[in-house]
Amino acid sequence: MRRTPKESSDSWRRISRRALLLGGVQLGFAGMLGLRMHHMQVDQADEFRLLAEENRINMRLIPPSRGRIFDRKGKVIAENTPTYRITIVREDAGDVEDVIAKLSALVELDEDELNRALAEMRRSAPFLPITIADRVSWESISRVAVNAPALPGVTPEVGLSRFYPQHGNFAHVVGYVGPVSERDLARYEDPEPVLRIPRFQIGKVGVEAKYEEELRGKAGAKRVEVNAVGRVMRELDRREGDNGADIQVTIDSDLQDYVQARLGHESASCVIMDVEKGDLLAIASAPSFDPNKFVRGISVADYSILRDNDHRPLASKTVQDAYPPGSTFKMVTALAALEAGVLSPDDTVWCPGHLEVGSRRFHCWKRSGHGHVTLEQALQQSCDVFFYDVAMKVGIDRIADVGRRLGLGTAPDVPMSATTSGIMPNREWKQRERGKGWLIGDTVNASIGQGFVLTSPLQLAIMTARIATGREVHPRLVKTIDGVETELVGGQALDINPNHLRWVRKGMSSVMNTTRGTGYRSRVVAEGYELAGKSGTAQVRNRVVSNDEVPWVERDHALFVGFGPVNAPRIAVSVVVEHGGGGSSAAAPIVRDVALQALYGGTPPLDAYPSSDHDKIKELQERLDRERRERAEQARGRA
Amino acid sequence: MSYLEYTVKTTPTGWRKVLYINWPLVILLTAVASVGFLMLYSVAGGRLDVWAEPQMKRFGLGLAAMFVTAMVPIWLWRNLSVLAYLGALALLIAVELFGTVGMGAQRWIDIGFMRLQPSELMKIALVMVLAAYYDWLPLRKTSRPLWVLMPILLILLPTGLTLIQPDLGTALLLMIGGGLIMFLAGVHWAYFAVVIAAGVGTVFTVFESRGTDWQLLKDYQFRRIDTFLDPSTDPLGAGYHITQAKIAMGSGGWTGRGFMQGTQSRLNFLPEKHTDFIFNTLAEEFGFVGGMSLLTLYVLILLFCIFAALRNRDRFSSLLTLGIGLTFFLYFAVNMSMVMGLAPVVGVPLPMVSYGGSAMLVLMIAFGLVQSAHIHRPR
Repeated sequence: MRRTPKESSDSWRRISRRALLLGGVQLGFAGMLGLRMHHMQVDQADEFRLLAEENRINMRLIPPSRGRIFDRKGKVIAENTPTYRITIVREDAGDVEDVIAKLSALVELDEDELNRALAEMRRSAPFLPITIADRVSWESISRVAVNAPALPGVTPEVGLSRFYPQHGNFAHVVGYVGPVSERDLARYEDPEPVLRIPRFQIGKVGVEAKYEEELRGKAGAKRVEVNAVGRVMRELDRREGDNGADIQVTIDSDLQDYVQARLGHESASCVIMDVEKGDLLAIASAPSFDPNKFVRGISVADYSILRDNDHRPLASKTVQDAYPPGSTFKMVTALAALEAGVLSPDDTVWCPGHLEVGSRRFHCWKRSGHGHVTLEQALQQSCDVFFYDVAMKVGIDRIADVGRRLGLGTAPDVPMSATTSGIMPNREWKQRERGKGWLIGDTVNASIGQGFVLTSPLQLAIMTARIATGREVHPRLVKTIDGVETELVGGQALDINPNHLRWVRKGMSSVMNTTRGTGYRSRVVAEGYELAGKSGTAQVRNRVVSNDEVPWVERDHALFVGFGPVNAPRIAVSVVVEHGGGGSSAAAPIVRDVALQALYGGTPPLDAYPSSDHDKIKELQERLDRERRERAEQARGRA
Repeated sequence: MSYLEYTVKTTPTGWRKVLYINWPLVILLTAVASVGFLMLYSVAGGRLDVWAEPQMKRFGLGLAAMFVTAMVPIWLWRNLSVLAYLGALALLIAVELFGTVGMGAQRWIDIGFMRLQPSELMKIALVMVLAAYYDWLPLRKTSRPLWVLMPILLILLPTGLTLIQPDLGTALLLMIGGGLIMFLAGVHWAYFAVVIAAGVGTVFTVFESRGTDWQLLKDYQFRRIDTFLDPSTDPLGAGYHITQAKIAMGSGGWTGRGFMQGTQSRLNFLPEKHTDFIFNTLAEEFGFVGGMSLLTLYVLILLFCIFAALRNRDRFSSLLTLGIGLTFFLYFAVNMSMVMGLAPVVGVPLPMVSYGGSAMLVLMIAFGLVQSAHIHRPR
């Protein structure tokens, strides 16, 4: 192509002019980029560096180790045991299907859990560990660990979980822990962050719940460097938290175990209290359940079995259920009469077998009547008419007043769930609660522990302990927290004349230690270990037919309270056998057996029992031994 | 001009051409590429095999391609320009028909050993064909409407094809690059004035239309503009990346956090850390000093092109060298503006540094053309 020189030089001038202009603009732009860089990296460097730190530094909580729970002799009731699980990291596994196939040859994998894990794996980041098998046995875990090289991405992991080695024995007392629920979180105004850790366990009921703060401890924290998707790259520093405080309860686990076994399959409850300090040595509700099942969430099937059982294993009957105390209430009526001065130990009442009050006739349990009875005889033979008579002279308000002094009508302060206050009625109470005036018949009913009066087994034990000592005994369930002994409350003398208490105690002693006493068949013959007590039979509904002819749920509750040894009381006991029939036949032997265990601190010699009972006791001992062996085997199988 | 004043100028031939290769340019390019190797090694967490090694191999291939290109006489390249353009255009159409879909766009053709991105080829082919066009066109016709329309068509054809891929960044670069070559070739000011006025008018109208019933952009498109103007309005979406990129750059300070110590990039806060946002890793680990050094290297390469063009009295060579310098400038200027939060994120790599095959190979061939123009200059 040809061009004229003129054109060529002209073209060159224009190109070079514009090239220089454009070059200048380009340099200017580059200069501006440099200035921008300077502005960001020098002027604003500190600001951006701070932002960079915020990006990469993350606080992670270190969950504290939960405090353990021991019995009064140091035996473990609740501990933290390692639980094993198997996790898999998708990005490390490569071919997940292949790895899982290999794994299933070593460990039994649950189909449902596996499907859930695979679904979770698809949703979450590839580097996050997904649990594919939980609660794996130590044997399985070691098989996985040995074969680790062939299983890329698979990690056997160990965590801590609550374990109750005594299984059902303390379920109602100590309670159990479980995963934090939304309802738990709602209880706190500003929930601690540690509660939001997945699978974190907190106390749900009982001591575990009431002493949650102490047992939980304080979470530690570590500063970690994380990348953009939150994966931890390294740990920068760490502040250890405080582990939860260990708690020691006043319960003697051997005694508790005996009581639980002695109650057996009955729907029953038993409280054994040390009358000196108020320490609860055993507080058992039967039947029980295994709290370990609740720790990681109970299955619907297991739960419905517990819920639908008519013996109500989930109920904590010792503190949560209130029963008519029946004749065990007669000491209250007696004391009220003595205190009011309307009764003295030598006064007698004529019992023809019934008492007319207005147009109504109130029967004594003995239709033929007891004849002339004194206070001691009235307690000994549980004469109803005697108490009808004195109660009408005293009036309900003074009876209720004495009842309150003995601990009835108020909820005992024990760290257990749903503690009932029972009912210790008076005129004001009936007007407030029922909107009706008090009738004389109500007093007659109340005098023998029927009608409106309701007491929990724990209240009965407290009442008995107070009668036995004349002091204001309060129950204590927690002995030490973090090694520091808890304060004892009460202990001062009751506002009741000691002589009056002595007379009542004499009557209670007669119940067990004289041939006509209702508890005589369940007496103790070992010298120095004799008990005093009172039987009670609480009517479930009004009827005239005998217990054998009605269904179980309509039969009478059998009650018995006692203390011993009779001359220097150390313990008070209460037993309630739901729908058990008569207190002297169904409850009294239990009181005698558990009291002897407590007083001897172990199995008492056979000659502590009346010779007529020896065969029964031997048989019982064999049955308990067998049951203990069975439970021990079961426990080994589960662990 | 008299016969006596006429000096005979010759063009180097044969092996002597090697002597005329501009070695400083080769050294500059190698230096820039080495910065890339270093950063790719760093963002891979100290591993060569992930990105640095393949990149080195490509650079070797690129160097060879550059020397081969340089040896071919520049007039031959001029004559091949139309062919190159048509070839690149054909590939752009082919990518529409058989291309590989990746990252939400259809951009590559798999040619066995590498994935070719025809839009990269087009950047150089367009420069070539425009330079050849103005070399052929008599100067007095440069500003005549008919002869202005011709290059506009040459530009709009590939621009349209890249837009449907869709690759807004490359399309804009093609359009701006092509327009600037027309400007360099001497097209009358008035044309540019009209285009600029129209552009400003359009932008103004678009913004004015917001919220009215004749709204010109979709709501999400407006939101995207908002995000660019203020990243904090979308802190976890598109704004997240640009915020993280700025944090990486800003936290570098004067001298940076040290090689392989950049927390932003190492911990993956930085998006596309080995491609579009690699400059932020450099800025974080080597600070202002490091960033300015790379910028200086780029400016030196740019200045080399401008001065080489000024010394080339041949119109094709001049426009070609200027055009390639311009393309190179647009690459790094857009990328750096983008990663510093001065421009929207459009996906333009940092030339010779970002990990990627096509872009580097094409740039090396382009510098081969610059070398060819330099070598075959009559002296």
